[in-house]
Amino acid sequence: MDLGPYAAFIIGAYAVAILIVAALIAWVLIDQRRQRQLLSDLEARGIKRRSERSPERHP
Amino acid sequence: MTALAALLIRDMRLAVRVGGGALIGVLFFLLVVTIIPFAIGPDLALLARIGPAILWLGALLASLLGLDRLIASDHEDGSLDLILSAQTPLELTMAAKAFAHWLTTGLPLVVATPLLGLLLNLDPVATGAVALTLAAGTPALTFIGLVGAALTVALRRGGLLLAVLILPLTIPVLIFGVSASNAAIVGPIPFGTPFTILCALTLMSAVVGPIAAAATLRQGLD
Amino acid sequence: MPLIDLANPTRFLTLSGRILPWLSAATLIAFAFGIAQVIGAPDDYQQGATAKIMYIHVPAAWLSMFVWGTMSIAALGTLVWRHPLADVAAKAAAPIGAALTLQCLITGSLWGRPMWGTYWVWDGRLTSVLVLFLMYLGVLALWRTIEEPARAARAVAVLTLVGALNLPIIKFSVDWWSTLHQPSSVLRLGAPAMHSSILVPLLVMGLAFFLLFFTLHLAAMRNEIMRRRVRTLMLMQADAATGH
Repeated sequence: MDLGPYAAFIIGAYAVAILIVAALIAWVLIDQRRQRQLLSDLEARGIKRRSERSPERHP
Repeated sequence: MTALAALLIRDMRLAVRVGGGALIGVLFFLLVVTIIPFAIGPDLALLARIGPAILWLGALLASLLGLDRLIASDHEDGSLDLILSAQTPLELTMAAKAFAHWLTTGLPLVVATPLLGLLLNLDPVATGAVALTLAAGTPALTFIGLVGAALTVALRRGGLLLAVLILPLTIPVLIFGVSASNAAIVGPIPFGTPFTILCALTLMSAVVGPIAAAATLRQGLD
Repeated sequence: MPLIDLANPTRFLTLSGRILPWLSAATLIAFAFGIAQVIGAPDDYQQGATAKIMYIHVPAAWLSMFVWGTMSIAALGTLVWRHPLADVAAKAAAPIGAALTLQCLITGSLWGRPMWGTYWVWDGRLTSVLVLFLMYLGVLALWRTIEEPARAARAVAVLTLVGALNLPIIKFSVDWWSTLHQPSSVLRLGAPAMHSSILVPLLVMGLAFFLLFFTLHLAAMRNEIMRRRVRTLMLMQADAATGH
C-alpha cells in the first residue's frame, strides 16, 4: 500500500490514535484492578456495606 | 531528611493535589494563549512575530495564579505558626516554599511552551529561545511573587492586591525575557546580552525575595 | 425487568458485567472491519493518501461532541431527576471525551501539515474543537477540585449544561471570526466528495469508535461505582475508629 510522499504523517496520525485508545483502555483496566483490590482489602478487614452484613451482626 | 527538604516535598505534594494549582497553571497558560488569537485574528505571520510576547504574558499571568495561596494556606491551617517558630531560618524556609512553587507551577509552564509554540506558528528556534528564557525567568517571577504573598497573607481578597503589587516589579523580567527571545529570533543584539541580565534578575530576586518575605512575616500578621 | 432497576448500582453492576464482554468483542470486530476498509479505500484526487487520516479524525470529532451530549443528558439526570447513576455516568464519560477530542486535534494537525505547511492554522473548525477541548479540561479540573462526590456532580452538571448551551454559539462565533480573516489559500480539511468507497469505511470506523466509547464508558462507570463504595467504606471505617 503506497502511502505517498506524506506517509510519515499518516502513520504518525494513526500511531497517535492507537496510543490514545491504548491509554484509555489501560486507564480503565488499571483503575478496575485498583478498585477491586481496595474493595477486597476492606472486606478482608471486615468492613462491609450495610446490605452485605450478615444478620447476626446486628443486635 | 532535613527540615527544608521535608518542607519542600510537603509543598510539592500539596500543590499537585486537588485544588493545589499545579496543573491549573498550565491549563490557564493554554487558555490565555488560545484566546489571544481570537482578539487579534488568526494571521499566522503576526502570531509568529508576537509569539514570544504572548507566551511570556501567558506565563506571567499563570505564575501569578497560585501565588496568593502560597503562604495564606499555611496561615489558615496553622502551619505558618510552626514555620515561624522553627529552628530553621525563616529566609531559608521561604526560599524552599518558593522553590517548591516554581517546581510545580513555573516549570510545567516551561515544559508546555513547545506545544503552545506550535499553536502560535513559532519555529523550533524561536520556541527553544522562549522556553529557555522562561526557564531562566519564571523563578524570578516566583521569588518576587513570594514577597507579595507575604504582604497579603492575612487579607481575604489578597489575590488581586497581590497582582497589583507584584506586576510592576515583574516588568524588568518581562522586558528582558521577551527581548532575549526576540534577540534569538531576529537579532540584532546578541541573545547573550539580555539573557544574562535576565539571569541576574533571577539570582537577585532569589536573594531579595526570601529576605523580604521573611521580614514581612516577622512584622506580624495582624 | 423494568428500566428503573438500572437505577440501582448493584443491579447495574450485575447487568453491565454481563454486557461488557459482548460489547468489547463487538468493538474489536468493528475495528477489524474498519481497518480493512480503510486499507482498501481509494486515495483522494487532491490530497492523495493523507485523506486516510480522515478515518480516525472525523469519528473522533463526532465522538467529541457526542460525549459532551452524553454528559449533558447525565447532567439533566443529576439536576432534574436526581438519578443515582447520572453522576457516575457523567464522571466516567469526561476523560474519554477529552481524550477523543485530543485525538481529533492531533490527527487534524497532522492531516493539515502536508496541506498548510504548518502544524496549526486557526481555521474555524479546528479552533472550535480546541475550545471544546479546553472546556473538557475545565470539567475534569472541576471534578478533581470538589471533594464530595454529590456536590461535585451538581457543580459539574451546571457547567456541562452551560457549556452545551454555549457550544453552538461558540461554534458560530469562531466560524464567523475565521471568515473575517480569510487567509489567501487554505485547503479546507473537508471530507472529500463522499463517494460510497469513501463513505463506507468512514461509517464503519465511526461505528467502531462509538462502540469503543460505549465499552469504555460502561467499564469506567463500573469503576466509578466501585470507587464510591470504597470511599463510603473508608468513611465508615473512620467513623468506627473514632467511636461513632
